[in-house]
Amino acid sequence: MWNLLQIELFKISKRPRTYIAFIAIAAIVFIFQFAFKADGQSYMDLMLQSVKDDFTFERVKAINGYFMCYIILNTLLIQVPILVALVAADSISGEANMGTLRLMLSKPISRSQIIIVKFIAATIFTLLLLVWMAITALFLSMFIFGVDDMLIFRVKGDESQILQITKDDVMWRYFAAFGYATVALTVIAALALLLSIFAQNSIGPIIATVCIVIVCTIISNINVPIIDNNVKPFLFTSYLVGWKGFFYIATTEDGEPIKGSLENWPAIRNSLLILIGHIVGLVSLSIIIFKRKDILS
Amino acid sequence: MFKQWGCGLGLNNFIGTTLYLCTYLFFMSVVIKVDNLSKKFKDFTAVNNLSFTVNKGDVYGFLGQNGAGKSTTIRMLLTLIKPTTGNIAIFEKNLQTNRKKILQQIGAVIEKPDLYKYLSAYDNLSIFAKMSGIKPTKQLLMNQLEMVGLAQRAKDKVETFSQGMKQRLGIAVALVHNPDLIILDEPTNGLDPQGITDIRNLILSLSKDRGKTVVVSSHLLSEIELVANRMIIIHNGKKMVEGNVAELLDPSKALIQLQTTDDSFAQQQLQQTKWIQFLQPNTTKLQLVMPKNEVPQLITDLVSKNVQLLSISPMHALENYFLSLTNNPTTHVESAAN
Repeated sequence: MWNLLQIELFKISKRPRTYIAFIAIAAIVFIFQFAFKADGQSYMDLMLQSVKDDFTFERVKAINGYFMCYIILNTLLIQVPILVALVAADSISGEANMGTLRLMLSKPISRSQIIIVKFIAATIFTLLLLVWMAITALFLSMFIFGVDDMLIFRVKGDESQILQITKDDVMWRYFAAFGYATVALTVIAALALLLSIFAQNSIGPIIATVCIVIVCTIISNINVPIIDNNVKPFLFTSYLVGWKGFFYIATTEDGEPIKGSLENWPAIRNSLLILIGHIVGLVSLSIIIFKRKDILS
Repeated sequence: MFKQWGCGLGLNNFIGTTLYLCTYLFFMSVVIKVDNLSKKFKDFTAVNNLSFTVNKGDVYGFLGQNGAGKSTTIRMLLTLIKPTTGNIAIFEKNLQTNRKKILQQIGAVIEKPDLYKYLSAYDNLSIFAKMSGIKPTKQLLMNQLEMVGLAQRAKDKVETFSQGMKQRLGIAVALVHNPDLIILDEPTNGLDPQGITDIRNLILSLSKDRGKTVVVSSHLLSEIELVANRMIIIHNGKKMVEGNVAELLDPSKALIQLQTTDDSFAQQQLQQTKWIQFLQPNTTKLQLVMPKNEVPQLITDLVSKNVQLLSISPMHALENYFLSLTNNPTTHVESAAN
């Protein structure tokens, strides 16, 4: 299995399209950093417009490395599924398209092994993407903008909130958030892998994956009770942004943030379990279908 | 029966013959045994109740026109396609239950030799060697590339290779783990004349010098004729004929086709004679595979039985034999020369 995984990672590393995702992430992050370095104050003014009368704080320090990473993640984690699909959806369909699938399957390797290895390789790719995001969006931003307490702007129900997390309480939250995002994006990888079994080239499954993510995201954002109760709990997209929960700090009755706390850990844990359930379900389905599939490519 | 035979031959002769037979049987052990294999894709039957055996050391020709069911059968032998019905045993083991063990001993080129275009020849070979369950040394990989004349291009990406070079690399991939059974599906496709000759020589060398069993499919009889010792012809997924190429090509035998004023009457008359044994069953035309020198006697007998002959067409070459079978969809001959 390890041998096969090494081969799979070697193949991924040799494909030019693998690096498109890393370049895209770097480009987006650099544009954000440049824009905020040049004119971050305007953004802060706009963001704090509705709450400026209720809060007082030193605005210059508000734009710091931690804050920047949060802003970037908010935007980027919606787009990253496309980048994950770019590689994961190519897993089986790309081999079928090249004609290497039949050669691979005529070797003494079980089909289950192939799916598991392809899935692990896609997960490692996803993890590396997030590590790259951490390096560029977090560590590089910390270097460029410095560190300070982190401000989180949040709309909860009808009210707007600004949460303040002390700088020594932030880093673990980022590690946890990146960990959660890895799990969330792995669902996308598993979905793309499943769809790639049905196709002879990677374009179809990439587009199908992205379409499913878009449709499910739209449904997840429809605020109608019947959908809230009956549909949303089953959609993985309802949990994709669950990483934000690590930045929602619990407060005392007086509204003081409690260091090292989370507002709703059970919700985060449940979201994680549901995402893991999706992964297990999608990978199992992939194995079952792939084992039965006639290879005609 | 053995006792009588032993007495008749004398003890020494009996022991000698037995040893010879044992040796013969050892070397002629069955490598592939396919029984009543069928594959249906919805309403389309790609392979229909196919049975054949490949013995150790055979170069077994798998012949048929495009779409005859050759590739589907080969894919079933390699577990790429699941049979609808039937059994496949390779190395005397059931393929479904011993898949991994069996595939370790098989090397294959399936249709086009498609490889990872963005990787070098060396990397491709290394990857597939590892997938075959071996830990290849640099020496082994380079020797393998040397064998197919690609050592100088080892580090070049496959996307820069010609079709012929890809084909040779595909064969290197098939042989890198030293398999006992080699399956080559249309291995000369897209090759120039020199490439075709090289592949042909390689197949012969694998069988004669290295004792490998080779299954080679082609739609060209001329190719099979030059390399195979046994062959099967399939058409519309059915076996048309299976046997020794030498016997099918035996110049002392002829495939003849009779045209009479009343074929059913002629057939009735044939059934009362020794010629019936040579008559090919399930054909729309009267065809016989028979010793060439007995053809005049056949004509005499038919005339004496008032069969009015319009023509008698000899078809000596295997090419004609193949064409006569495959151009006639109702023809179905079981092991004509087995």
